[in-house]
Amino acid sequence: MANVGTERVKRGMAEMQKGGVIMDVINGEQAKIAEAAGACAVMALERVPSDIRAAGGVARMADPTIIEEVMKSVSIPVMAKCRIGHIVEARVLESLGVDYLDESEVLTPADDKYHVDKSSFTVPFVCGARDLGEALRRISEGAAMIRTKGEPGTGNIIEAVKHQRMMQGQIRRIQAMSRDELSAEAKNLGAPYELLLQVHEMGKLPVVNFAAGGIATPADAALMMELGSDGVFVGSGVFKSENPEKFGRAIVQATTHYQDYALIAELSKGLGTAMKGIDLNTLREDERMASRGW
Amino acid sequence: MKIGIVAVQGAFREHNRMLRGLGAETVDVKRTSHLDGLDGLVLPGGESTSIGRLMREYGLIQPIRELVQKGLPMFGTCAGMIVMATEIAGGEEPHLAVMDVTVNRNSFGRQKDSFEANLHVPILGNPDFPAVFIRAPHIERIGESVETIAEYEGRIVGVRQGNCLAISFHPELTDDSRFHQYFLEHMVGVKNAS
Repeated sequence: MANVGTERVKRGMAEMQKGGVIMDVINGEQAKIAEAAGACAVMALERVPSDIRAAGGVARMADPTIIEEVMKSVSIPVMAKCRIGHIVEARVLESLGVDYLDESEVLTPADDKYHVDKSSFTVPFVCGARDLGEALRRISEGAAMIRTKGEPGTGNIIEAVKHQRMMQGQIRRIQAMSRDELSAEAKNLGAPYELLLQVHEMGKLPVVNFAAGGIATPADAALMMELGSDGVFVGSGVFKSENPEKFGRAIVQATTHYQDYALIAELSKGLGTAMKGIDLNTLREDERMASRGW
Repeated sequence: MKIGIVAVQGAFREHNRMLRGLGAETVDVKRTSHLDGLDGLVLPGGESTSIGRLMREYGLIQPIRELVQKGLPMFGTCAGMIVMATEIAGGEEPHLAVMDVTVNRNSFGRQKDSFEANLHVPILGNPDFPAVFIRAPHIERIGESVETIAEYEGRIVGVRQGNCLAISFHPELTDDSRFHQYFLEHMVGVKNAS
């Protein structure tokens, strides 16, 4: 009689996150700060992306101890990351009772050909995408939420902007197309025709679409909302800042009131230093996370 | 008729779509100035902790409580129900506290336990209502003037008290607009919402 893990239940869970901020945390204490700052969910990790970059080597699923500690500390939903294509990490995280999984390019991919078949899981998944084709491929595998990839752990917003603009621009073009053009476009984008048809009819992705990868200030969060994101993920930004609680609250408020510029000015005062950030021109191609996955 | 939808976080867009589909004029409520001239107010699903906290931060709690106490019809879904309750089990501080009920948060478990079920709701008649429960709360205790309108496996998941209506699940995620129609016709006083 009761159906768990249906597409509507999984996508619906993401709908409840809209207009909110999802923050990366590495322990229970940070999770509590994030919850107090108004985060609508937390992502439990062993290291935030900027530290993953600094540490180098292979980045894997977090120690379950950390994830359980975070789950015990807060009542908001807890998300966790598995490596691209790592079916077992995904199953392990699901067994822990995590509320959402991120099949994430922030971790080192486990499979260079196949992403996880997300439709076979009860727990919903979020996946990164750089453009509409990639987003629809992930949705066809069962992703219930999409986020831009951006360039994680850089504190540099340019890639997230590029990906969201690309996605929104493509959606507008798809909306204006005739049915026969859609068929050819499905081939160009490498996206299933049925999903493309839904985008054509609804004028948006069939799932919630967040921004991620490089958001470091309240103004960055508001910019991503202005560009059509449904909400934002903040990775290294909050807990790499001088005053995480104040910073977190400012990002949450700027996301809700993204067109209230006087408020954003107020929120941006005396926040201390944001994370230092990385000029993307200094990153080698193999240091870029956004190009992981297809 | 103008219906406000509290739009600080959560599924406010879906309520908007559904209410407009029924011919209502809608306004997103993010600040106190958006509360002027409303005939009804909807509190959507989302994260109740975030919604409660943000409503407090934006000074929306007191003005909304006063409006509802003066008779403004209000409809809350999921997190909205938690925010409307006078008591939250576990000792969390209540938010709007406009409905005399004790609510138990996430009482159906975590996301993996979220589910869909067809629910018989007498005030809506037949067919059963497609109820979507997402990390849903249920009502543990109801005050004397509160009427139970929906139950699932012995747990109260829908209540009405005068001008307040609250349910544990998400009609805004379905194509069934009967709850919104009920709210508009029987509580806001719209004739033939469709």
